[in-house]
Amino acid sequence: MSQPTVTKKIKGTAEGVHRDILKRRKPSLKFPLRSLSNVKYDPKAGHFEMRGRTKERTLTVSTVKTFAQTLRMMALSKQLVDTDDIATKREAYYVSKNWDDARFLEQPESDAVMDDVEALFEVNREQIGFVPEEKGGEISGKLVIVDRDSETGKPLRIDCTKFGSGAYSIPISVEHLKFETDADFILVIETAGMFQRLVKHKYWKTANCVLVSMGGVPTRACRRFIRRLADFKKIPVYVFVDGDPYGISNIYRTLKVGSGNAAHLNEFFCVPQARYLGITPQDIVDYKLPTHPLKDVDVKRARDAIKNDPFFQHHKAWVAAMEHLLRMGVRAEQQALAKWGLNYVIDRYLPDKLKNTERFLP
Amino acid sequence: MDDIEVREATMAGSGKRARKAAGVAAAKGGTTRSVGPAAVAPPPGRPRPVAPARSRAGQMGLFEGPADQGRALKAAPAAKPAQDAKAEPAAPAPPGVPGPAPAAGSRRRETAESIGRRQRDISVAEFFQKNRHLLGFDNPAKALLTATKEAVDNSLDACEEAGILPALDIVIEERAEDRFRVAITDNGPGIVRNQIPRVFGKLLYGSKFHTMRQSRGQQGIGISAAGMYSQLTTGQPVKITSRTGAKKPAHYFEIQIDTTRNEPKVLVDREVEWDHEHGTRVEMELAGLYKKGRRSVDDYVVQTALANPHAEVRYRPPKGDEYRRERIASDLPREPLVIKPHPYGVELGVLISLLRETKGRTLATALRSDFARVSDRVALEICKAAGLRPEARPRSLGVQEIEALFRAIPRVKIMAPPTNSIVPIGEDLVLEGLKQTVKADFYTAVARPPAVYRGNPFQIEVGLAYGGDLPAEELVDLWRFANRVPLQYQQSACAIARAALTTDWRHYGLQQSKGALPAAPMVLFVHMVSVWVPFTSESKEAVAAYPEIIRELRLGLQEAGRRLGGFLRHRRRLAEEDKKKSYIKSYIPHIGIALREILGLSKQDEQKVVEVLTETLERSRTL
Repeated sequence: MSQPTVTKKIKGTAEGVHRDILKRRKPSLKFPLRSLSNVKYDPKAGHFEMRGRTKERTLTVSTVKTFAQTLRMMALSKQLVDTDDIATKREAYYVSKNWDDARFLEQPESDAVMDDVEALFEVNREQIGFVPEEKGGEISGKLVIVDRDSETGKPLRIDCTKFGSGAYSIPISVEHLKFETDADFILVIETAGMFQRLVKHKYWKTANCVLVSMGGVPTRACRRFIRRLADFKKIPVYVFVDGDPYGISNIYRTLKVGSGNAAHLNEFFCVPQARYLGITPQDIVDYKLPTHPLKDVDVKRARDAIKNDPFFQHHKAWVAAMEHLLRMGVRAEQQALAKWGLNYVIDRYLPDKLKNTERFLP
Repeated sequence: MDDIEVREATMAGSGKRARKAAGVAAAKGGTTRSVGPAAVAPPPGRPRPVAPARSRAGQMGLFEGPADQGRALKAAPAAKPAQDAKAEPAAPAPPGVPGPAPAAGSRRRETAESIGRRQRDISVAEFFQKNRHLLGFDNPAKALLTATKEAVDNSLDACEEAGILPALDIVIEERAEDRFRVAITDNGPGIVRNQIPRVFGKLLYGSKFHTMRQSRGQQGIGISAAGMYSQLTTGQPVKITSRTGAKKPAHYFEIQIDTTRNEPKVLVDREVEWDHEHGTRVEMELAGLYKKGRRSVDDYVVQTALANPHAEVRYRPPKGDEYRRERIASDLPREPLVIKPHPYGVELGVLISLLRETKGRTLATALRSDFARVSDRVALEICKAAGLRPEARPRSLGVQEIEALFRAIPRVKIMAPPTNSIVPIGEDLVLEGLKQTVKADFYTAVARPPAVYRGNPFQIEVGLAYGGDLPAEELVDLWRFANRVPLQYQQSACAIARAALTTDWRHYGLQQSKGALPAAPMVLFVHMVSVWVPFTSESKEAVAAYPEIIRELRLGLQEAGRRLGGFLRHRRRLAEEDKKKSYIKSYIPHIGIALREILGLSKQDEQKVVEVLTETLERSRTL
């Protein structure tokens, strides 16, 4: 979406509010409802989609504060777009400190209003001038990324095999990147520790792949990067996370189909071709992995996934796997494979698994 | 529990009753005597009875006997043991029946004869000396309160009897550490000279029996017991100044009690100059403890003033400011009528005594003349239900026959007693009193209509003060009253407290934990008036929980609660209106600023937005 379009949208909404006020009507803003209950899983498109339920915030005495904050956030956003500037979520929170009574007391309040504005205009928050501050993930392996020099605008070729024991950091915005690769697949890894091991032993060379470290739940930039790369070369994406409800339902699910919170953006920020390599509940049995008992939150999360998450409900295999995990009452981390030797994961586990990619969980 | 028995002859109010009925009492004075060998109690070295109210009551029953029951029993030598089934274990056994058996299982150490040689009169005064804790003198703090209370109750009763608007002057001075001088002066009718020694120097001096009438009374002990306590703890005599009229001289007495003979000992008796036209001053010096806060003398005085709006009260505490309350009511309360007992409330022992002393020639006329609401027809019905001849001579009836009569009474339908015999404070005066006593935001007072429990008419009044200077986080302060007397002790045993904490105050917008009083800045005033307040024990500190009483208390509390709820809702609505206004004022300007920034409005346009929007929102009712 181009900048003038965003400005136009903001102005259009503000004009509507202004008109209502002058006509002595109570203005209202319509937001898409941001929650898991308002998404459906579209297996064809491969991501969560909004079901179209909206919440309407009418200006009344009790909503006047949030309403004022939303409008001021829109004004800030317009200013950022107009001046081609950016603000992090934290910075936006501090800007509000200049708004007297309308200021935010804690950052989660300003984040929520920002998410509302983002959803209101159905844009990516970067397009309205707000940028995340979290890191986007790391890359190592058979990939050349073509970026632009920010001063000269000349193409900049970055070879991801040449970072030694380090790695390439995914930037906040990835839309302009181009790729050159002959890798066979992309291996996406949950923990930095496992990523380190695979980089150290140049697993990307052995398996001819690109390694991506998510470091927990993948950021939008990370998801977008993987998506663009996978789409570009039509190569498969395999995901290697901890065998617990968090790894499965928070990390893997978010990577593959997006989040319930910003469903209007999932179309771009998801990787439908991702497949689940491990650790599967069955791996715990097959590889006799050392385990820890499931905590109460794990159990709750797993039950919640089976009961409320449209993605898991759609895939019977996932429901079965979750139930299997609940029956065992245990979880296993990626690093649990070290029980059989530090490099067991490279020598045996991954090669074994990769022989039967069709058996990966969806 | 056998309330009537206990109360009728308790030392409670003996002093004041003596004053009321001075002449009559004089004749009765000599009735204080031993009941019989078996009743000569307590044996020396008997362990001091501890707390349980019931056993205490029993002991009281034991020495209250002399005045009434003893006499009754003597007239019935054939009375079977424990004839009053409901009386406590220690009820006086009839003469001739052996006392408690010697310790079971052991060989006989003494014979009836050897015990008999040691058996002798026991003076109630001596009994008190050993058991003063039974009568409200358990600890120094309570002793100071009880002594004050007895004198004040006496004064108020005396003034009202004489139709004088009371003016009380209460002085408590600390004489030495833990030693106080209590002086109470009233403007009452005064006491005739030759009665003064007995009123103040003799316990169980006279008492009334059949008549039932609303009075303060029943405070645990007469003024003479307070005097005895003072004598016991400081060795000082009670000092009385009294004058019966402007043309009469004032008399000054110093009196001690001969505790073995229960007779007054006059140390000083002289005429003095006194600037009061009529009235009485009682001075005592006693071991005590003065403290502030709940159950203090200070609280007692304030609450007494509240329950007696027709009294002028002046109080000089040992520490702190003088308290003064002018009268709120310019008229005396209507004089409470004396009523006859209602058959439903009568106890077996009382019934026996009644029939012994009746002037009625036949059973039917005795019933009709000595009880309320017993017509000829009702009297015949009772006799029929008891299987007795209506024309039987009451005095000739045996205890078994009287018991049959007693059991027959509940089976006969009898009209409720008249309720005009009780005199409440009145909603207006409760309200006015609360306003003067407590600084609050909301006041209300509820007087329930009179009701009846066990044949006794009673009435409940509830007052409530909320907010203001009262402490917000604490449990509400519950002020209990019976016949205009504040009850300071044994709250948890009291029907008033039970009714208050089983009322669901959350309905009315207060916070309340289960099984507790609500937590709120609130004073609850609850008053029960009755010809006969059923206390749980002779210490007269808690009202017994008869279902009818609980019910009336609840209804009164609920009505007061509803009114409070209405007030709180109204106040909350006002607070919300305020909040709404400040909300609008704080946030609407930001909508103006945002719209100006986005749309590039002029300052005037921005101002217009703020004005119009403010109007729109202020008009809207919903939040």
